[in-house]
Amino acid sequence: MRTSECDMVIVGVGGQGVILISDVIGRAAVLAKKPVCGAETHGMAQRGGSVINHTRIGCKFSPMVASGGADVLVALEPGEALRYAHFLSPAGVALVNTRPVLPTSVTAGLAEYPPLEDILAPIQAQCSRVTAIDATSLASRAGTAQAMNVVMLGALSRHIPLSEETILEALTQVVPPRFLEANKRAFALGKAEVE
Amino acid sequence: MREYLLGNAAIARGLLEAGVGVVAGYPGTPSSEIIENIVDLKGEATLHVEWSVNEKVALEVAAGASWTGCRAAATMKHVGLNVAADPFMTLAYLGVGAGLVVISADDPYCHSSQNEQDSRRYCQFAAIPCLDPKNPGEAKEMAAYAFELSERFNIPVMLRPTTRVSHARSDVEVADARPASKPGRFIKNPARRVALPIHARPLHSELLAKQVALEEALESAPWNRLVLRGKVGVIASGIASLYAEEAIADLDEDISVLSLGTYPLPKKLICRMLEHVSRVMVIEELEPVVEEQVHILARTVNPNLEILGKNGFIPREGELDFLLVRNAIARMMGRPERAALAVASGILPARPPSLCPGCSHRATYYAMKKVFGKNAIYPSDIGCYTMAVNMGTVDTCLCMGASITLASGIRHGGEEEGICCSLGDSTFLHGGMTGLLNAAYNKARITVTILDNSTTAMTGHQPNPGTGQTATGESTVQVSLEDLAKALGAGLVETVDPYHLDETIEGFARAKEYPGLSVIIARQPCVIKARKKGARPKPFRVNEDCVGCKNCVNFGCPAIEFDDDAAKINMLCTGCGVCAAICPANAIQEVI
Repeated sequence: MRTSECDMVIVGVGGQGVILISDVIGRAAVLAKKPVCGAETHGMAQRGGSVINHTRIGCKFSPMVASGGADVLVALEPGEALRYAHFLSPAGVALVNTRPVLPTSVTAGLAEYPPLEDILAPIQAQCSRVTAIDATSLASRAGTAQAMNVVMLGALSRHIPLSEETILEALTQVVPPRFLEANKRAFALGKAEVE
Repeated sequence: MREYLLGNAAIARGLLEAGVGVVAGYPGTPSSEIIENIVDLKGEATLHVEWSVNEKVALEVAAGASWTGCRAAATMKHVGLNVAADPFMTLAYLGVGAGLVVISADDPYCHSSQNEQDSRRYCQFAAIPCLDPKNPGEAKEMAAYAFELSERFNIPVMLRPTTRVSHARSDVEVADARPASKPGRFIKNPARRVALPIHARPLHSELLAKQVALEEALESAPWNRLVLRGKVGVIASGIASLYAEEAIADLDEDISVLSLGTYPLPKKLICRMLEHVSRVMVIEELEPVVEEQVHILARTVNPNLEILGKNGFIPREGELDFLLVRNAIARMMGRPERAALAVASGILPARPPSLCPGCSHRATYYAMKKVFGKNAIYPSDIGCYTMAVNMGTVDTCLCMGASITLASGIRHGGEEEGICCSLGDSTFLHGGMTGLLNAAYNKARITVTILDNSTTAMTGHQPNPGTGQTATGESTVQVSLEDLAKALGAGLVETVDPYHLDETIEGFARAKEYPGLSVIIARQPCVIKARKKGARPKPFRVNEDCVGCKNCVNFGCPAIEFDDDAAKINMLCTGCGVCAAICPANAIQEVI
């Protein structure tokens, strides 16, 4: 039986802004008076390493999503999407930023970064739908490449049981006012990717 | 009002809502954000909050405040409790003035730690009560309750969150901070404050005697909940109770459940469970603390009881999760287990954490290795720089400050190669100073490198006595590492800037030749911190003179890439310029 209303896993590379997405979702859930919990990566792993955040809306149990349990996988980096694809439920959807962040083993020429199709195919086989988004370009179009995570948040907003107003209200709480308009544009561009 | 709070922020709220007057700690994942949140939330409150030099110091500062009638807390990670173990054990005898709470954050699975020791064992050892929260909300309630319990029983109380509580978030009810305890007075009472043998003996008896009453009081604590249903039971502690409850809901089984959150354990509640069931599974992370108690109690109340747990069902190492616990319960109930999904990701290159682009530690280690060579021994320590293990300059990592003492022992043990150890500024001030003093006193012929990035970087850039700033950002005395090293007896003390590679190599060369104890202080602010402060040196680029030798690539900076037959510098470049000094073809230059 279901033990949560909506389970999501948000993944990426340290420094990409994974925690901001979950913070906005968590705050929005509180505004909507839904129980919410999550678990995040701090400390050593953040230094350019792979990071994962679990967020569960309408859940009173543990903060971690089970293997095969995620309704949504949000990946800020394509390779990281594949690394954590085992969290996806067969009915789940994956939202993947297509812009790679190359690990040092690749930049130093010691390993190869696989082509995007090879990364997305096994994810597609695992879940009901993969939406590939060039979120980094969309964020630049919105006015700041830093808002790539907010583009992905906009896409995510179509898949979770929280209203757009509530999510935007929560976004306003966490984004500095001078960047708010660019972030709202980024959010809208991301949302349009799944409409 | 409810807020979406990090576990450590919830603990900070709990302390503030209980009127804490002094909070002291040393940073360590997963505990660091407790003090950071106290600093952020304290507002105009008069409470004293500090980053102490180490955990022992933090606990003693907190104990002094408690003895002065001020509610006090000390924060640390689990291995920090080893450093604080000396005062911890004897404070159990001496007791408290106002409430004294020791927060030791455990790290099952060693997410960011050198071991996964279980702080509940320390509480058993010291006969100190322990509160073991399952989520941020409970952690907040327990943080406040710990003061009451401490005052009522005249004993320090431990709050023991784990990584999945400290770094979990959830919706938590928050209230206003209570004003901090009024300025107090230290009341002299040698029988309770001076641990002479003549005082310690009766205090030990008193400590043992109060365990019964403590257990009685905790028996009815709201964090111990018994729900009797079917004849099969699950007893789970801390966060394991959330996994167990979710697993039982998922399996839809009629299982009796006892959730536990306090130690000493509520024996009456446990006995009621043991009398009711014919088979019970004990689910807890790490050590079988509850399970051992269940075995003892079952002998009297239900000798035929089947007890499952660390005997092949629940691992004694690593962290638990929903699926692991679900499958253990499914096995007990004769139901099929659910395999974890696997998606082949072998095509992906690994992405381990690494030193940042422009990190000065990389340059220091490069110079160190250039001078001392590959046969030298490189004891290292705990900090960001431990990630340089691939550079060949991290041969040991044991505990805070152990680089210097291990290096000394390696020399005295007969090693004749060069020995150059390294540790960060915060680690040196935490646990390295006594080792340096010992090395000088006992004539260890070694080189000690203090990687001085002027912050405690790994745990999130907390200040230390070398930075001239307190936890609240006030300016204070800035301790000179050079003066300290000289005072502790080092014969040669030199300071170098690792961004100036020649200078650094020359410094190491003099240290290597020095016939006694030498100290190199490699000083360059942490690149993350420098950039946050606005430093934007011009980045570098590779010109057409590149011969493709890969010297710069092998340096390992994430800003340097290799394409076909030439190196190239990407957007991550912070302009440290060290690669330009390494390049034999003069092919790396500043972007003009």
